[in-house]
Amino acid sequence: MDVVTLGRWQFAITSMFHFIFVPLTLGLSVLVAWMEWRFVKTGDGTWLRMARFWGRLFVINFVLGVVTGITMEFQFGMNWAEYSKYVGDIFGAPLAIEATSAFFMESVFLGLWMFGWNKVSKKTHAWSITLVAFATNLSALWILLANGWMQNPVGANIVELAGNPLVSRRAEMADVFAVFTNPYGWVKFFHTVLSGYVLAAFFVMGVSAWHLLKPNEVVLFKRSFKAAAVFGLVSGFLVLGTGDFHGSEIAKTQPSKLAALEAVWETHKGVGLSIVVIPDSEAERNSLELITIPKLASLLAYRDPDAEIKGLKDIPKDLRPPVGLVFHSFRLMVGIGMLMLLLSIAAVYLSFRDRIEASPLFLKLMIPAMALPYIAGQLGWIVAEVGRQPWIVYGVLKTADAASKSVDAAQVLFSLVAFTVVYSLLGAVDAYLLVTSAKAGPEARLPAGLDATGKGV
Amino acid sequence: MDALYALQVTWFVLWGVLWSVYFMLDGFVLGMGMLYPFMARDEKEKRTMIATVGPVWDGNEVWLITAGGATFAAFPTTYALMFSYLYTALLLLLFSLIIRGVSIEFRGKVEKQGWKRFWDVGIFVGGMLPAVLFGIAFGNIFQGLPMDASGYHGTLVGLFNPYGLLAGVLFVFLFMVHGALYVSVKTTGGLSRRAAAFAGRSWSVLAAVAILFLVHTYLSTGIFANYLASPVLFLLPLAAVSSLALIRLQLSRGSLAGAFAASCSTIVLVCATGFVGLFPNLIPSSLDTAYSMTITNSSSSVATLAVMTVVALVFVPVVIAYKAWVYRVFRGPLNPEDIDSQKVY
Ligand code: HDD
Ligand code: HEM
Ligand code: HEM
Repeated sequence: MDVVTLGRWQFAITSMFHFIFVPLTLGLSVLVAWMEWRFVKTGDGTWLRMARFWGRLFVINFVLGVVTGITMEFQFGMNWAEYSKYVGDIFGAPLAIEATSAFFMESVFLGLWMFGWNKVSKKTHAWSITLVAFATNLSALWILLANGWMQNPVGANIVELAGNPLVSRRAEMADVFAVFTNPYGWVKFFHTVLSGYVLAAFFVMGVSAWHLLKPNEVVLFKRSFKAAAVFGLVSGFLVLGTGDFHGSEIAKTQPSKLAALEAVWETHKGVGLSIVVIPDSEAERNSLELITIPKLASLLAYRDPDAEIKGLKDIPKDLRPPVGLVFHSFRLMVGIGMLMLLLSIAAVYLSFRDRIEASPLFLKLMIPAMALPYIAGQLGWIVAEVGRQPWIVYGVLKTADAASKSVDAAQVLFSLVAFTVVYSLLGAVDAYLLVTSAKAGPEARLPAGLDATGKGV
Repeated sequence: MDALYALQVTWFVLWGVLWSVYFMLDGFVLGMGMLYPFMARDEKEKRTMIATVGPVWDGNEVWLITAGGATFAAFPTTYALMFSYLYTALLLLLFSLIIRGVSIEFRGKVEKQGWKRFWDVGIFVGGMLPAVLFGIAFGNIFQGLPMDASGYHGTLVGLFNPYGLLAGVLFVFLFMVHGALYVSVKTTGGLSRRAAAFAGRSWSVLAAVAILFLVHTYLSTGIFANYLASPVLFLLPLAAVSSLALIRLQLSRGSLAGAFAASCSTIVLVCATGFVGLFPNLIPSSLDTAYSMTITNSSSSVATLAVMTVVALVFVPVVIAYKAWVYRVFRGPLNPEDIDSQKVY
């Protein structure tokens, strides 16, 4: 295998591994902050035990997010040097801003939160987890504006650098405002962050369901379940909504991805959407199309039932993404999204009717359902990133031209194997810790001085 | 001086500052890791040593991430070439930093002997290896990397040349003394006394290595060219050496905090000496100076540098303010009772 292929595998593995931890950080920080504020407002120690229990799981997850993030930060230079030279003038800025504006705040205040019990007032302590939540979400904004720019490279000029011995041609920042207000990036931000909230909600519901089935700490876990159910339902609807906006952004900017998402081969107007489709890239047609809703694809993409969608046949073969992978990943993500909405509706209904403990079947269902948002999120990245191929920056730079020239295939193969091995071990340890900590349940009693009558509210 | 050049110089300075602050802050975490298996006598002392860095190690590591991000934003060509040229060395660095973070956080999570012993090794490796690798990397950068019109001609083994290794040894001792002083300031009783005594003993080795390093730098790098051109700059290495001596002085006066402050300034001044010597290169070429990466041939455009300057002016003071505040919240030696009652985190 060549350097480009190996580099792609390495990037895909390391980024998807990073994204196992990222969404739980995004969503659980918000939930823990909310729980701790409930404690500050009500003085009810159960809220505090909730914040500490979920906070402990949050911390275990967070560490892996941090250590896998460092790899991401340096990998652009290591494996994608031509890319970094070519677009660094634009792409580097959001990364640097992310570190200065968000990573510092996230890490410093998490340190304060973990070790600051009894050292600062209750309000200050609640503020520190609130700032962690704010900062993680802010970090997502910057990195997704960076990623959004690769999807829709606005505000850039291609400039020849005469006489520079190291780089002859690159994209330069022409309009900062355009880069930071890129609609593609903002839609990505909301869709991704909200999908993280859904993931955290299903995580909390799943773990709570396990304890409610025992039953163990019923009051605490019913409360957790209910809060998560509402959070998950609201976020789930918004994920659907922002996903729809994603579709129309793609329609505006990436015709090849749109055609792959909908498996449209012939350019035509008023394109319908079939529920069951099997695309066949060899024959350049769909070998199966069942239950077609007329004009729906055109309507969703362009808000116009008669709009024309460009077919894959009108896109040169070497500029098409792998249709099958993109198409099926997209369908599965959307399908899982719908399924999770149904589950969330049921969860909210049962919680508010106070019938959740009386529904063991549903609780049992919610435990494996924890996997659903993880799968959907990974599929989403496959849609976004594989769907953009063969471009690394859509319409500007091909992935094949982006790899480092000084690195050879043996080096990348070595690092790819090393990452796979190390990450697998880390993943196993982390899963073990999460499972044991989740099963151990909350502390029976709060450490002295942290309860409702403690100091400093 | 045009605006572009002014911004390029500004970002060279900021680049140097970010690395220096990173080494000053993470240096004591790395140093703690190196000492950890030898200095802590029992489980309680082990937990105490880890707890001294618990709330701050990640925040300190973010200076490295920021230095990386700033290199990308301000000098993208350097970011691209430096990290791809030093591919395997950087890979090892990443793994050692991964091990460090995970070991610090996970060791206390399970009450089993084997589990703890495993992460004990991780804390040591995660302290020692990054220090050696950073030293070797900067040693080779000072000498210049073998690059010309056809790219890079170095190898991983080639990085382990005598001067590179000496720089590695320098970093190890610099951080070891720094870490020992930090532990002595943040703890009480026997642990604190042993850490201070160790700092005193290893100081002599550090001083010897530092002098050897200065001489070797003069002989095998171009770092002193800028100094010879404007001799007033020699005040900087002089200050570094004085600061190094001050560590010893403060120790014999019994002021641990003073000695730690002196080792902070020593690290910053050593870095500053190196960066002033590099200017205007970020990474010189040892084969053909036309292919050195300089602030002019590898920087971003004027627009990006201007935006980044505004960003730095807004955020860096804020970061420093809340970091200082949090360090203040955790000031003073650890309370042994806290270490027991805070078992959860
Ligand atoms: C949607 C959100 C998102 C996405 C797409 C990425 N990250 Fe990430 N990253 C986060 C959201 C996040 C976070 C939520 O802020 C993390 C995860 C867990 C954590 O500790 O912070 C984080 C941690 C994290 C860290 C460690 C920060 C620390 O030490 O505190 C670094 C250096 C990066 N990331 C860098 C990257 C890079 C270079 C990416 C692009 C390929 C990337 N991340 C994708
Ligand atoms: C700012 C954030 C990101 C940037 C800049 C980015 C950029 C890249 C780059 C440089 C590659 C390698 C070249 C290529 O094959 O396209 C890539 C591939 C890939 N990335 Fe991303 N990525 C980002 C985030 C993510 C995340 C968080 C995930 C998933 C969790 C992800 C999933 C993938 C996948 C699956 C590939 C392989 C696609 C393929 O090679 O066919 N990306 N992306
Ligand atoms: C329910 C209907 C959904 C729709 C219509 C939808 C739509 C989309 C589209 C079109 C993309 C591709 C964006 C691109 O190419 O840049 C995408 C990406 C993504 N989706 Fe979804 N999605 C849905 C549900 C979900 C769910 C339930 C999750 C996870 C819980 C999820 C997580 C993601 C992620 C992480 C990405 C990659 C980041 C991004 O590009 O925003 N999506 N989604």
